[in-house]
Amino acid sequence: MITFSKQQLKIPRLQRPVYLVTAGQSKFDRAFPDKRTEELCIDAFTMAAKLLDISPAELKRSIHTCYYGHFADHFGDQLLGESVIHDRLGLDPLGNVGVKTGGATGGSTIWEAMKAVASGYSDCVLAMGWERMDEVPTDEGNFLISCAADKDWESPLGHIYTGYYAVMAQRYWQIFGKSEESFRRTLAEISVKHHGYARFNPFAHAPMKITVDDVLKSPVIAYPLRALDCCLMSVGAACTILCDEDTAFKLTKNTKNKPLRIWVAAGSHSLRPADRQHMEIPLLPHETADQYKDLGERFPGGDRYPGFTGFLAARMAAYYGYGMTGITNPLEDLDVVELHDAFTISDVQTYEDVGLRPYGYGRDYVESGDCYHTNPHTGKPGKLPSNLSGGLIGCMHSVGATGIMQTFEIATHIWNRWEEFHGDEKIWKDFNREKPSDWTNLQVVGAKRGMAISHAGVGSHVTSTILMDPDHLIKKDA
Amino acid sequence: MFGQVFVKNNQYKLKGNFHHLTPNTPIRNADDGWKLLGVTNPRDMTYMHSYGGEAIFFESLSQGKLLATRCDGQGCDSQGIIYQPFRIHCPDCLGKNTVIDMTDNAKKTAKIHTFMVCERSGAFNLLNKPIKFINIEFAGVATILMSYLSIGEPSFGMRVVPIFKTSGPTFTILDLSWVPEGTKVEQLPEGFSF
Repeated sequence: MITFSKQQLKIPRLQRPVYLVTAGQSKFDRAFPDKRTEELCIDAFTMAAKLLDISPAELKRSIHTCYYGHFADHFGDQLLGESVIHDRLGLDPLGNVGVKTGGATGGSTIWEAMKAVASGYSDCVLAMGWERMDEVPTDEGNFLISCAADKDWESPLGHIYTGYYAVMAQRYWQIFGKSEESFRRTLAEISVKHHGYARFNPFAHAPMKITVDDVLKSPVIAYPLRALDCCLMSVGAACTILCDEDTAFKLTKNTKNKPLRIWVAAGSHSLRPADRQHMEIPLLPHETADQYKDLGERFPGGDRYPGFTGFLAARMAAYYGYGMTGITNPLEDLDVVELHDAFTISDVQTYEDVGLRPYGYGRDYVESGDCYHTNPHTGKPGKLPSNLSGGLIGCMHSVGATGIMQTFEIATHIWNRWEEFHGDEKIWKDFNREKPSDWTNLQVVGAKRGMAISHAGVGSHVTSTILMDPDHLIKKDA
Repeated sequence: MFGQVFVKNNQYKLKGNFHHLTPNTPIRNADDGWKLLGVTNPRDMTYMHSYGGEAIFFESLSQGKLLATRCDGQGCDSQGIIYQPFRIHCPDCLGKNTVIDMTDNAKKTAKIHTFMVCERSGAFNLLNKPIKFINIEFAGVATILMSYLSIGEPSFGMRVVPIFKTSGPTFTILDLSWVPEGTKVEQLPEGFSF
């Protein structure tokens, strides 16, 4: 059983404030037969410079250290890919390091970059992530992804990651979904929402106008998960630039980008869910131990934590992140979130882990309409819209870039620039994609605070990246 | 001849072919005058993987035994905890765990904690589809083992018993499978026994 020492529960403290000043991303797609990875990274970097109204060369002059997120060397068949990208970006001889934490690689890359600035080592840092998942056929890709399970104990069992989530889906559905068909439909609604929001995102890999029944009729991958419950296998790159206060205000002077305060926190849990022993639920600021005392009575079988229904790593990332920023209730304190919807079921699990709903009640975040840009039941703004990018199901899962794409999306809302980067006809045309006639502006009006969750494996690593308008901090000394 | 390996004097000794040479071929754009876009990079390699302290677990499957480990560290918070999957070291005190035989426990108490039916697989999958993944809980064991059901349809709480590939073992986790309690020996898949 995991118990915590006082030192382990210490809320991290940055030695100085860190700011996100810009970000950029490439087009995302299943394959880019006509582009090398470096071209995608340069696309992302060029966009980041453009947002500051400067040239890439000018932006590079501010950078002191580089962090590169790239999950799977074996996909691209290139070790030390970081060195290739660093060279092609023309950033030698600055120090750089590669970061790899599976699906959480993007978030972890920003985590490392933040620490470099917070410690004073660097005043301006590049965090760049990418993935090259089109150099092998899809079934071999699934094999390579399954190598992120335990190679002796899990991977030989089908060599498919969806299976490792399907057992969670089955257990969650039985316990917290009470085996109701309505719960299965709620999962499908998540896919409809995310593919639907992807239609308004020119960068997105899988825009689709679909129905709940389409999801429920899509091919079974690992029952109860079907093809449309699953994230994409994408190619693309994303980057962001983090700075100390002086550099941040200098770089953003006379631009539309306001420097945003950024905090990143991380948690972990065993690679094999098999090893997860029962423990007490670590509580978030708005929770009490009492509310979980009778969880097993309300949901028979639900008293084993985290079991196959929760992610301790996500809970810990939220615990540290909320402590750093002063968030007491994420549903009230945040305006927009991007969650790691690797599968519809893991999206629901994460609602509970990060405290958008108590354990056992995640489905209500969808069914209430709170997760939508516009609540379908009331026609009013959703209380806390999630995954307006389309998420991993609709926009992309180009693994090393994913957590950075999510952060880019949150930043565009707080900058009030979402419409500019998603509605511009030129971007749609440049990507050879057709802007839908019913394109809708998903800008969250008045957004001041947001969070992105980046998640690996079956919950082995999770980061929470929190962005805030510096004039709307919750804790003044954060 | 497939690559084969043995160890002598703590060194790997190799016999046979460990990689097969296949030429690169061009990838061309059918939509643009068959211009060159890239090349294929075929590669067939054989890895040599050590089970280390878990080797006894995989060897024992071929002998019809399910081994687990237990922390016996004096004063350790995890003393007495039984681990299945087998852990070489206690995650608390990092002392070496004691290897125990839990075959009888598994036969008497194993039941399905959760499950799923997998219709698709990644490349190099060796199991017949659909694959029935099951996660199994045991009395007195702190963890929940992932494996697969060879016969019948899984359900929550279903009692299952282990079967072992004692004839023609693969020396992988696939040598361990499960069947519903009450299954007859003649129903078992080829090479498996109770």
